[in-house]
Amino acid sequence: MQAELLDIQNHIIQHAPFDEMSDELLDKIVTNIEVVYVRAGTQIVELGHQADSLHYVRSGAVEIYRRSGELYSRVGEGEIFGQFGLMMNKKVRFPVKAIEDSLIYKIPDHVFHYLWEHDDNFADFVEIEDRSRLRSAVSRREKSNQLMTAKVTRLISRALVCAPTTVRLQEAARIMTDNGVSSLPVMDESGDTPKLVGIITDRDLRTRAVNHALASETPVSEIMTEGLITIRSRAFIFEAMLTMLHNNVHHLPVMDGNEVRGVIALSDIIKYESQSSIYLVSNIFRQQNVKGLKKISVDVRDSFVRMVNEDANSHMVGSAMAGIGRSFSQRLLELAEEKLGPPPVPYCFMALGSMARDEQLVVTDQDNALILDDSFIPEEHDEYFLAMAKFVSDGLAECGYTYCTGDIMATNPKWRQPLHVWKKYFTDWIENPNGQTLLNSNIFFDLDGIHGETNFAEQLKTLVAHKASSSQRFLTLMARNALNRTPPLGFFRTFVLEEDGKHQKTFNLKRRGTAPLSDLIRVHALACGSRSQNSFERLKDIANTKLLVDDDAGNLRDALEFISIVRVRHQALAIEEGREPDNNVRPEDLSPFERSHLKDAFQIVSNAQRFLRFRYNAGTVRNA
Amino acid sequence: MPSNIKSRNSKQNWPENYRVQATKAVDPRIRAFYEAGCPNPETPIKDVPLLALDFETTGLDATQNSIVSIGLVPFTLKGIQLGKSWHQIVRPKLPLHQESVTIHGITHAEIQDAPDLEEVLDPLFEHLTGRIPVVHYRNIERPFLNTALQWRLNEQLRFPVIDTMAIEAYLHPQRRPSRWQQLMGKKPTSIRLPDSRTRYGLPHYAGHNALIDAIATAELLQAQIAHHFSPDTPIGDLWV
Repeated sequence: MQAELLDIQNHIIQHAPFDEMSDELLDKIVTNIEVVYVRAGTQIVELGHQADSLHYVRSGAVEIYRRSGELYSRVGEGEIFGQFGLMMNKKVRFPVKAIEDSLIYKIPDHVFHYLWEHDDNFADFVEIEDRSRLRSAVSRREKSNQLMTAKVTRLISRALVCAPTTVRLQEAARIMTDNGVSSLPVMDESGDTPKLVGIITDRDLRTRAVNHALASETPVSEIMTEGLITIRSRAFIFEAMLTMLHNNVHHLPVMDGNEVRGVIALSDIIKYESQSSIYLVSNIFRQQNVKGLKKISVDVRDSFVRMVNEDANSHMVGSAMAGIGRSFSQRLLELAEEKLGPPPVPYCFMALGSMARDEQLVVTDQDNALILDDSFIPEEHDEYFLAMAKFVSDGLAECGYTYCTGDIMATNPKWRQPLHVWKKYFTDWIENPNGQTLLNSNIFFDLDGIHGETNFAEQLKTLVAHKASSSQRFLTLMARNALNRTPPLGFFRTFVLEEDGKHQKTFNLKRRGTAPLSDLIRVHALACGSRSQNSFERLKDIANTKLLVDDDAGNLRDALEFISIVRVRHQALAIEEGREPDNNVRPEDLSPFERSHLKDAFQIVSNAQRFLRFRYNAGTVRNA
Repeated sequence: MPSNIKSRNSKQNWPENYRVQATKAVDPRIRAFYEAGCPNPETPIKDVPLLALDFETTGLDATQNSIVSIGLVPFTLKGIQLGKSWHQIVRPKLPLHQESVTIHGITHAEIQDAPDLEEVLDPLFEHLTGRIPVVHYRNIERPFLNTALQWRLNEQLRFPVIDTMAIEAYLHPQRRPSRWQQLMGKKPTSIRLPDSRTRYGLPHYAGHNALIDAIATAELLQAQIAHHFSPDTPIGDLWV
């Protein structure tokens, strides 16, 4: 290439997929470019015509349309179009029209194919469909965090040390000291193969044995913890972390089927995540009053920012934040019981919405409710539960979880009811849906019992899973609701591009991104009778039933992960810069990487909404 | 076509002139140039092979100054093929003024190693032959080329050019604002190459060399035709 053409090369190398290209290939491009000027309104390539070159927009802007005439994309300076036609059948697949006076560099067919064969980066960029480009972006990101790539077995550094149920306390303490372990799985050896039945820890020895002055001959089975929370040996470290967070336990037996492989402790994980949100959770449970809780609630945002900076994925961040929120609620309930005395009838405190889904971030309000035992008599017992609800709700507000503007809180008598009333509510909402109850279903059908008789919540989950899947009308209306919010089409310069071609300066990543996704995932989950609450877990259930083909479920996972992580990072950045985090994003705040992958993700959401409309016959309402 | 793009040259019978000149020319390259012929003035611009041409010179007066570099790119209304572009630095007869050096970004070392124009006449004629040159401001390339040819071959080359600056001048006859408009802050309309390009949404080129200017001129002509003329506009309406 002649040095005098440097101006042209310098423009190209600033833009993907040319930005990492060798000089030799760039030279090949520049010396083969044909420059064409087109006036605004001119058709540049027409549907069905021979595709003879890759087009690079040097200045101006063009619009790309689908066969149906719908706007597909708007492309500006430094972007390319026409690659699909070149790769597929040599016919133009998407017609293109200039919307501004534009200078186009045409890169001929033969050069395109040469680049395609000789430059992997270029090939990846042009050949991979939107969805797999997103997948590689998501997995590249996840690879950088060891918590997400390393399996829990990596944390097991020694042969298993365990003891039979018959071992006495003194002997157990000696075994633990000799082996330098902080926990001891207890095995029932009466059968053919030993079976894990419990665990004792350092803490158990101190608090249960020593404090209660138990005789050293007491069998360990009397103080061990039963009904163990365990983890599969193939789980990732971050899953172990989430399990610990969720259940507030510090030791997890690692299981290969029924066989114990070892035990991992909180301290093992902290080696991987030095400033763990698990610390914060333990700290919450040590607070003795609301004042103390409020004081440590300021650490929540720090913990959030750290996780984001350590490249945690959105599932980890969402679960950790939900775990923290759940812990605040649980500790407040314990404090309420201390203050008000034991409850007159059993109850279950349930979290709703994002906390129940394990998808909480830092900008969040409280959604909660109380399920009371059916022996509840309002005149006698409600005063207690109102006081409890108020204590927890005020406490949560103190700790930064603002009151729910829709009054979905246990302080509202409507949401403080015995189990049989809840069952009637839920049945009614499914069988006789109307505008208001559909909104309720959207919130209440993401539920999680977090304190007390959690089996009440489980009963409700079973009811929903059972009834919703067989109610076509309910599913149709839920699907319609899920179509009310649509993603943008993409970006154009500093604007958000809408399907009708209009521009917006900002957009809400929650309302236009994660919410439409979790809404549509909820509808499929209800249809297939899933009991899961988390959107990623729901997607697994959905894929298992073949309601969506594997690939579609995988694409939705990637889209949700990417949109969520952009939202998470956007909020973390605001916190670091001392601004109040929110969900409103301006395209100019996004990196080119984020812009292009967000656009891919929106495309996936949009396609999934089309499928939802078709699948549940929800065709009538749209953009109403 | 309004008369003000046109000059005395526009009215000449160029195809006939070429035929006559072909019989008189001595240098085989000049003869071949004429023998390739000139399109009839009625030929639509879209069917005419064009050649964007730009010289960097040591000054504006062809009798006093010399060519320092030549940039050219063949094109048609359909597109500009960058791969066929050509750039050549030539050794000027006169010492370089320091000022020109900074403008052109060409160093004394490059000049000293450069060939004389005569040595690059073969490739230059190869490009010129069969094409109508397109320039921005016609009083540079044609006079400088003719002075150089006269001096070296004792012959000259007569040909029409399309002048994108003359087209801009025609499109903006009242370039100087009235006193009243000046009071209102209106600036005179510039018909310099970068300013003209801006009016058509064409990008700014950071570099300043004969080839980039030739490409810039080719792009400008495409834009002018797209906005103010048509691909069927007769070439005779545009050349000067």
